[in-house]
Amino acid sequence: MTNLKYLIFLGCTIPYRVSSYEVSARKVLPKLGVELVEMPDFNCCGLPVDPVNHEFSLALSARNLCLAEQQNLNIVTLCTGCATTLRKTNKMLKEDKRLRETVNGYLKGIGMEFKGTIEVKHLVQVLKEDVGLDKIKGAVQRPLTELKVAEHCGCHLLRPQKYSGFDDAEDPHVLKELIELTGARCLDYADEAECCGYTVVAIDEKVSLSLAREKLHHIKEAGAQAIVTICPSCHLMFDMQQSRIERVFGETFNLPVLHYTQLLGLAMDMSPEELALKELRVDPTKILKTTTSSIDSDS
Amino acid sequence: MTEKAVGSPKNFEPTRLDPSFKHEVMRERDGETLKTCFQCGTCTSSCPTARFSSSYRPRTVLRMAQLGLREKVLSDNALWLCTACFTCTDRCPQGVEVASVLRVLRNLAVKHGIVPLIYKELTSSIKETGYAYKIPELRHKKREEAGLPPLPKANLADVSKLIKLTGAAKLLKKRRTHQ
Repeated sequence: MTNLKYLIFLGCTIPYRVSSYEVSARKVLPKLGVELVEMPDFNCCGLPVDPVNHEFSLALSARNLCLAEQQNLNIVTLCTGCATTLRKTNKMLKEDKRLRETVNGYLKGIGMEFKGTIEVKHLVQVLKEDVGLDKIKGAVQRPLTELKVAEHCGCHLLRPQKYSGFDDAEDPHVLKELIELTGARCLDYADEAECCGYTVVAIDEKVSLSLAREKLHHIKEAGAQAIVTICPSCHLMFDMQQSRIERVFGETFNLPVLHYTQLLGLAMDMSPEELALKELRVDPTKILKTTTSSIDSDS
Repeated sequence: MTEKAVGSPKNFEPTRLDPSFKHEVMRERDGETLKTCFQCGTCTSSCPTARFSSSYRPRTVLRMAQLGLREKVLSDNALWLCTACFTCTDRCPQGVEVASVLRVLRNLAVKHGIVPLIYKELTSSIKETGYAYKIPELRHKKREEAGLPPLPKANLADVSKLIKLTGAAKLLKKRRTHQ
């Protein structure tokens, strides 16, 4: 049996603005047999500074990997940006001796050395590969059969494919499988694998909001009642920025955006309070009524 | 798709071409793949930003880099519009690490003194807190109320050393910025 003990790498965006994701993940994962160990004195994964200094990004990333090596535990991340960065650095340093020497040169300055003894996975990978779909299905007590949602798995769970080696970036299906385990229907929509635009919001807001707006249109047209995300940045874009998009473009979407861990938690019969649903900007009350009615019709 | 000429003929000055530029790019990690770009345009037609921006076209950036239009490539604001979604990289039939070449070009722009303000802020926050954002005290309190474990304090001595060793300290100095 797979050992389900991981160091949890929180990253920066979740503690800064998206704690509902962390709260719900910490509620749901132990019930699936996942043990989360706190990661001491970690730092930013390095992704935000990669565009301006690749070496600094690698060094930050590698330092986090060394912390996990010291504890001899694999890492699970909730953020796809942290996942792609730590996973990529880990693979590059394991495979490229010259790069490892360079980065170890930096790490020597802080008394660390990358050895390449651990793995990094995103939550979705852990759920699919380590926990297993059967176990998740077994934990569902209140199937959300009345609910129709759309998934947005974002870019960094899957891309670049060379480093993720997971799912299919052109036709992602793992998150859909996970959603359908909750009883909810996961609808197809146009350009599902497209970027939400978050990373350029501080550079060109119009471009950034236009990308998210287009996705909101496609999702609404497909008839979804809510969006399900697995990344704090994508969540910020669709949830926190939704009212801004509505103002800028003079449109109304009113589409609640749930973290997958919240959706799963509801299906596991946890309360909206436990799962921090009140922290969502777009009020999810109307979909909660749907889930409640499905509960009533079940019983 | 139609690709609006970013470097239109009237801006094209052969005397401003710098043949050494492509070598500078190709010396960097993943930059070497620049040489295999044969301008098919798969990157631009796959690019989410290109659909909404009138200035950012990855194919054009790569061609300008191959030709040696150093100044034009490095000083263009559009360089910072790549969302790093890596769709171009995954789809390139020539194996060009398009998004990573873009990263190399951005890193070079920084060496030429061009840094958008947001990246200075991110770097300074990492230096001061270990996190990319300065997490307000209120957030720490809310964590406690929500029953979440306290956020660990980052090892700032380590982070500062890495900033020095990797040359990231330059990002914190006052210099020309975009935006």
